[in-house]
Amino acid sequence: MWKYLLKRIALAILILVGVSVLIYMLTMLMPADYIDNQTSAALQSGAMTKEDVQRLKELYGLADKSFTGIIKSYTSWLKSTVTGDLGHSFVYGKPVTDVLSEYIWISFMIAFISYILQIIIGIPMGIKASVNQYSAYDYSVSVFAMMGASLPSFFLSALLMNVLAIKLGLFPLQGLTTATKIFAQNAHFQIFLDKAWHLVLPISVLTLLGVGGTMKYTRTNMLEVLNSDYIRTARAKGLSEKVVTYKHAFRNTMIPLVTSLSGMLPSLFGGAMITETVFAIPGIGYMALRATTQGDIPFIMGYNMFLAILTVLGMLISDIMYMVVDPRVKLS
Amino acid sequence: MALNTENEKKLNYTDHQDYTETEAEQHFRVISPSRMVAKRFFKSKLSIIGLIMIIFVFVFSFVGPIIIDATWGYKETQVFKIERISDMVTTAQFAGPDGKVYDYYDKSQTQVLFKAPPSFDHWLGTDTSGFDIFTRLMYGGRISLTISFIVIIIEMFLGIVLGGLAGYYGKWVDQVVMRIVDIFACLPGMPILLVLSAAISSIESIPAEHRIYYLMAFLTLMGWTGVARIVRGQILMLREQEYMMAAETTGIKAINKIMRHLVPNTMPQLIVNATLGLGGVILYESTLSYLGLGVPFPRAAWGSMIALADPSRGQEILANYPNMWVPAGILIVVTVLGFSFIGDGLRDAFDPRMKR
Repeated sequence: MWKYLLKRIALAILILVGVSVLIYMLTMLMPADYIDNQTSAALQSGAMTKEDVQRLKELYGLADKSFTGIIKSYTSWLKSTVTGDLGHSFVYGKPVTDVLSEYIWISFMIAFISYILQIIIGIPMGIKASVNQYSAYDYSVSVFAMMGASLPSFFLSALLMNVLAIKLGLFPLQGLTTATKIFAQNAHFQIFLDKAWHLVLPISVLTLLGVGGTMKYTRTNMLEVLNSDYIRTARAKGLSEKVVTYKHAFRNTMIPLVTSLSGMLPSLFGGAMITETVFAIPGIGYMALRATTQGDIPFIMGYNMFLAILTVLGMLISDIMYMVVDPRVKLS
Repeated sequence: MALNTENEKKLNYTDHQDYTETEAEQHFRVISPSRMVAKRFFKSKLSIIGLIMIIFVFVFSFVGPIIIDATWGYKETQVFKIERISDMVTTAQFAGPDGKVYDYYDKSQTQVLFKAPPSFDHWLGTDTSGFDIFTRLMYGGRISLTISFIVIIIEMFLGIVLGGLAGYYGKWVDQVVMRIVDIFACLPGMPILLVLSAAISSIESIPAEHRIYYLMAFLTLMGWTGVARIVRGQILMLREQEYMMAAETTGIKAINKIMRHLVPNTMPQLIVNATLGLGGVILYESTLSYLGLGVPFPRAAWGSMIALADPSRGQEILANYPNMWVPAGILIVVTVLGFSFIGDGLRDAFDPRMKR
């Protein structure tokens, strides 16, 4: 097992290096970069000369865009990354690691709560649908699941905003805090409540979009288990349907469920770009979108590598969990 | 033999090899595998609903513009200036110098040319630029459907070639191809698409109308790995089968073995995967359009129509003009849902054992 794990980790590192090369090439090949964007107005008005721009570019490490230049800057990026330094973000003027660690938690909170909600809502509905296969309930659950997967997040957000925030006025439209309210320094509870109230809509959006997947996955795997021989044996023994469903069937469905759900854990840190942007929640996804459209290369590199690491980690975790929950599985 | 039950009709050719051809024809109606798939497909209500949804969207977005152009003679970028008077009422409260609270009430009338409400001439009204929304929905559908089909076809081609090579040759070819697949599969999809689209929109030498081709290339780049994985996995399994041994003994070329014997057998899975993938591409495309990085203005795209309701640009449209953005969203959902219904129906039809 250790040998297998070591092999997987070595492979993961290889993949990550490949990913970083690819992303670096892509970002460096952007013809108009951060400096061009920032200085185009000054250039036009004559406040800056071309030489000034060139000097700035050299300062930012964007001047040499030949192949060897990119390789040189990539190796220096790789060297500092290995030591944990992701460089300075152009847009935010702070080390990338600082920006990441500052804004990641709000994203994680939103994603984690919606993850828990998805599990609480999705799994029981999936079980019920599989037990009553081909019933009206089963069909409506399946259609609902597919609806969730086909709704674009920005459209669902707009609908919820229109109905719940504007028409009914139940929730605030955007942002994380009420700008017009001033809280006392030590009113932590009120501040917390205010934030929670702002996060209801984004969390609902993420939950509605994701719950269908959990539901469908539970249903599919339950059906597979329910058709197996030992379930027939359990029924033949005269066990009640409840015991058969929850004790025999569901416990075996847990194997794929735990595997895939635990594999999702790292991705909760990645942020929801579109949803956060629509609701103007200052999470990591929102910050990344802003940085990306402005050509902030250190941030783009840092963020995308972070996401790639989360993906690799998720796969590794689900592999390990597979082994943990199912003793029959031996990985080699 | 009593051959009147449902089950026996489904017997496939391997089961009636005991009988001679004529004897078999007396008792069976021989159904080709594709007919059987079609029969099973049309048995499911959801697949038929999905098919109707997709046919509707296709007719709407490919035939609709032709009819509009022929009858009324305008296209997606025709500006209509429809005059109407808009009342604006503002109220405010202020405390006067005498300590009383006064209500301030102001009514102003402005002449508005755009954002016409739904009318007989313009079924869904006009948008902020005076374009007819109904017509733009049709053109937006054209873009979305065209992009998704082209992307999926190129993805299939790339995936089949690379996955086929990896699966058939194994060894180092497999290693190289699959490591590339791993790397691409680990790329964060949306952020990378954003980087690429932002890059393309900032290059001035690329004409705006060509941006869409780059967009398709990027979407393909992000999606071909799934196809390659499926093809490789299937071929690894299939090449051990006896019929491949038979093909080997005939001495045909490797390319023929892959393309004529292996790839056709992976088709059922690939078709299902492609159908489900079409919806995914539409979602990606509309997200990019929503962010203003997809199909450039003034061409219509469903995503950019919904972007009008973005509350960061003011709540007015989000709150008061649902006719501008709700229909586009509904069309996205109908299209993506239609493709998933068909994809699910096809999967069950191809392989009834896998029925989910």
